[in-house]
Amino acid sequence: MNDAHHEEVQSHVKTYIKVFAALAVGTIVTVLASNIHLGIILGIIVALLIATVKGSLVAAFFMHLSAERKTIYWVLVLTATFIVVMIGLIMFAREDQQGRQQGIFAVPQRHVPVATSE
Amino acid sequence: MLFGALFSTYVLLRTGSETWENGAQIGLNIPLATINTLVLIISSVTMVMSWASLKMKNLGRYKMYMGVTILCGVIFLIIKGFEYAHKFEHGIWPSTSTFMAIYFTMTGLHGLHVIGGMIVNSYLWGPGSKMWKTDPERFTNRIEVAGLYWHFVDLVWIFLFPVLYLLPGK
Repeated sequence: MNDAHHEEVQSHVKTYIKVFAALAVGTIVTVLASNIHLGIILGIIVALLIATVKGSLVAAFFMHLSAERKTIYWVLVLTATFIVVMIGLIMFAREDQQGRQQGIFAVPQRHVPVATSE
Repeated sequence: MLFGALFSTYVLLRTGSETWENGAQIGLNIPLATINTLVLIISSVTMVMSWASLKMKNLGRYKMYMGVTILCGVIFLIIKGFEYAHKFEHGIWPSTSTFMAIYFTMTGLHGLHVIGGMIVNSYLWGPGSKMWKTDPERFTNRIEVAGLYWHFVDLVWIFLFPVLYLLPGK
């Protein structure tokens, strides 16, 4: 094995150690952030944002995505789009159903009082 | 896509419910789950280090790192087993609530993926490593592919941990 190849792998190893440190810190930050009362929406956004950063680090460095061809990226983008569309369709359907129940889409019914005679 | 479907199920169940529990409120063990997250992250590092060791033509170091990866998988499952046993002892089952149903489904399916990865990794650590003598490049590629699967298992847990244990209830 030549020295250049050996040094290249060694530099990869250093990157893996840095990524591990970032993932460990990210995990601790996620737990600490969950103890702060940020409210429901902000709490969810913060937790998922940290998870997305951690997930991206794993995919980019451990799964070598950073060195992959563009085709692989497009396949991943397509998969992510399908997931968003799948969740979106279900959410829209549910909101639509809820809207009907709550009267948002309901046709207003005119109430005609019955005339009473004395 | 399987886990994507389950995550969308979680979103639907959560948004469709009047109330939703927070993991800590219903007794999920946050410290144990945090340790488990760190264990899986360590296993991901050792997995990629085992591949790097083969790239540097060092089978002995590969075996050490792969052994640690398998050990981390065992530790993860033992901790998960403790968590499950604690729930069952307190009469908490998948039928207890919608939250617990999705909790057991997602963590159980993830656990099965961990077991599957451990079986493959154990083979590649033991009898499968004989290929190193006959076709080292092919064997290195096998480790890379097994690593992709193992990192995916880690990736799923990175999202499962905050979603099931940490997100605020409503």
